[in-house]
Amino acid sequence: MACIGRLLSAFNHLLMHTLSFLRAALMLSVMTALLACQPESIQPSRTIEFKVPANFPPPVYDLSRNPVTPEGFELGRRLFYDGLLSRDGSISCGFCHQQSSAFTQHGHDISHGIDDKLTLRNALPIQNLAWEKEFFRDGGVFHLDLFAVEPIQNPNEMDENLPNVLEKLRRHAEYPRLFTAAFGSPDITTDRFLKALSQFQLMCISADSKYDKYVRNEGATLTDTEKAGLALFRQKCASCHSGELFTDHSYRNNGLPVGNPEDTGRHRITLNDADQYKFRVPSLRNVEITRPYMHDGRFRTLEDVLHFYATGVVDSPTLDTLLKNNSGGQPGISLTLVEQQQIIAFLKTLTDRDFLNRKELSEFR
Amino acid sequence: MNFKAYFSIIAVAVLSLLFITSCDKEEFNVNDKGNLVIEFDNIVGDKDLQLDTGTYVNAAGETFSVSLFQYYISNIKLKTEDGREYVVPQDQSYFMIQEHKAHTHSITIPNVPAGNYTEMSFIIGVDSLRNTMDPSQRTGVLDVANYTGEEKMYWSWNSGYIFVKIEGSSPQAPQGPDGQRKFRYHIGGFGGYSSPTINNIKTRELSFGSQVAKVRKDKTPEVHLKVDVLKLFNGSSNISIASNPTVHFAPFSVNIANNYVHMFKVDHIHN
Ligand code: HEC
Ligand code: HEC
Repeated sequence: MACIGRLLSAFNHLLMHTLSFLRAALMLSVMTALLACQPESIQPSRTIEFKVPANFPPPVYDLSRNPVTPEGFELGRRLFYDGLLSRDGSISCGFCHQQSSAFTQHGHDISHGIDDKLTLRNALPIQNLAWEKEFFRDGGVFHLDLFAVEPIQNPNEMDENLPNVLEKLRRHAEYPRLFTAAFGSPDITTDRFLKALSQFQLMCISADSKYDKYVRNEGATLTDTEKAGLALFRQKCASCHSGELFTDHSYRNNGLPVGNPEDTGRHRITLNDADQYKFRVPSLRNVEITRPYMHDGRFRTLEDVLHFYATGVVDSPTLDTLLKNNSGGQPGISLTLVEQQQIIAFLKTLTDRDFLNRKELSEFR
Repeated sequence: MNFKAYFSIIAVAVLSLLFITSCDKEEFNVNDKGNLVIEFDNIVGDKDLQLDTGTYVNAAGETFSVSLFQYYISNIKLKTEDGREYVVPQDQSYFMIQEHKAHTHSITIPNVPAGNYTEMSFIIGVDSLRNTMDPSQRTGVLDVANYTGEEKMYWSWNSGYIFVKIEGSSPQAPQGPDGQRKFRYHIGGFGGYSSPTINNIKTRELSFGSQVAKVRKDKTPEVHLKVDVLKLFNGSSNISIASNPTVHFAPFSVNIANNYVHMFKVDHIHN
């Protein structure tokens, strides 16, 4: 009997030891976890997570190949706003893509780059790019990850080359640490560099305009003029500017008189004559502030744009069939002045103040 | 004839058959693996290609010299005399040959099953699938950050690799703003991503003729190819530098690609 008792107490003893060991281990691991969570110099924002807005279709970008993380996003943000990506340190991506202008270059018809050189076209907004299948107004680049190579190496934009950029990043005081935080080791490769830039750009989601809150029944209401404009827009514009992204992602000729004959749009990529002067149908989100308009920034105001659709559309072999017949046998879209004003009122409901001011997307924190 | 005679004839026949087949199969086991080396010797007609200093004449009668010549070779397949095919694993099957870098002139294919190889094929350029992959699938010679300046083999404004690049000068070329008379051919085009466009992906099939490349566990054969720049100019359409000094992504590039597929021929094999 005593024997059993001794055995039990020995067991008990062992149990106590094990428990206290476990307790100690637990405390230790909590402490390391806490320590690991201590911010170094940057505190990744907790809200960084890729979420598909309720009224949006599924994204085109394969996020499983490049999941957005707070650290990857933060690295991407730093890179996006860093002049180091250019030859002389003067031009960052953010130089031509300014948040307050929905990431376009404010006040320029065609963008200005390094040494104040001109690019071919008007800058495009960086917004909702996860839903875009091809990039540029001519669709020449078909993967967001491959995009940054072009502005970096273009002599009129940043005039740098990628191997140099990677070298500068490797020698930099902070980037190796930021790459480790994002990807688990300090290796700075083409792939990681491009994926980090994509993570920042993927998070530039604009889906909280008055229009969005209206269609999602989140308490916003449209005025009668805006509602009339929406109805007209659905009838006269949505065949091309379709769906919640306000584009069908196709390439079309909307009847602009030829400006720069060298810029044949989609034709530059397909070399197909049927694509002459076709450009990607742009999204109209935040259109109120992405002026000037069209691929070469020829129109300063939305009034000019609507006036053009009503009276200025020029016939040509590649003019879109939807625009071939206005009521009077003249090409374009028949719109009275009042209707034009109503459509403009509606277009302004697509402005997303939160997007233009969101702290996480900003150069300065 | 009696039964014995029949028997001995059959026995001799069977024995010699055995002997012949065993001779044929000589020293190797089909499960062995070895290496095969392919040499690319760039020439111009009957002359060796000498960058900058060599002068040559094309069928259009134009004198030219070459300052840069480089091309992608990919998707290599090898075939033995008994019809076994070895497809080099896709992600190890991209090579860039650059005339100005001697170490790129010979490429080594590892893990080739032992055998007597008599045919091979490869793509001049980069297959369309690889052209559409994300950057994680573009490593080594395909890394878009691998080459800079004139060595660049990637169009960033129109995503796609340049397959063959040749630059040089010719008195017949029009004078450029810098006063030089240059020609520049950057040939690519994988067929388009969402809309079809020019496709300059060319596959070259080469028979070794009467020669054999014997891959063995401990023997590495070398297949020497001659790559004749003149064939890029002279072929089903003769390319004139004067009328086409610059050819990049344009319909005319198809003529050059149709010509350059014939640049490659097997010269000899070292076993
Ligand atoms: C010199 C000004 C300039 C700089 C610098 C610049 N961009 Fe752009 N960006 C443009 C212009 C202009 C366009 C539209 C060009 C076109 O469509 O042909 C554009 C288009 C884009 C697009 C395509 C958007 C779409 O909807 O297709 C992306 C993505 C983009 N830029 C990202 C970047 C990144 C990343 C950087 C930095 C590595 C950068 N840009 C630097 C001017 C610039
Ligand atoms: C046939 C197709 C089509 C129809 C219909 C159409 N558009 Fe467009 N829209 C385009 C294309 C294509 C572009 C881009 C042209 C360019 O880049 O030069 C464009 C550009 C625009 C732009 C300039 C956006 C920017 O940021 O530069 C605005 C604004 C616009 N359209 C509004 C409208 C409105 C409002 C209607 C209806 C009255 C309408 N569109 C009908 C095809 C169409």
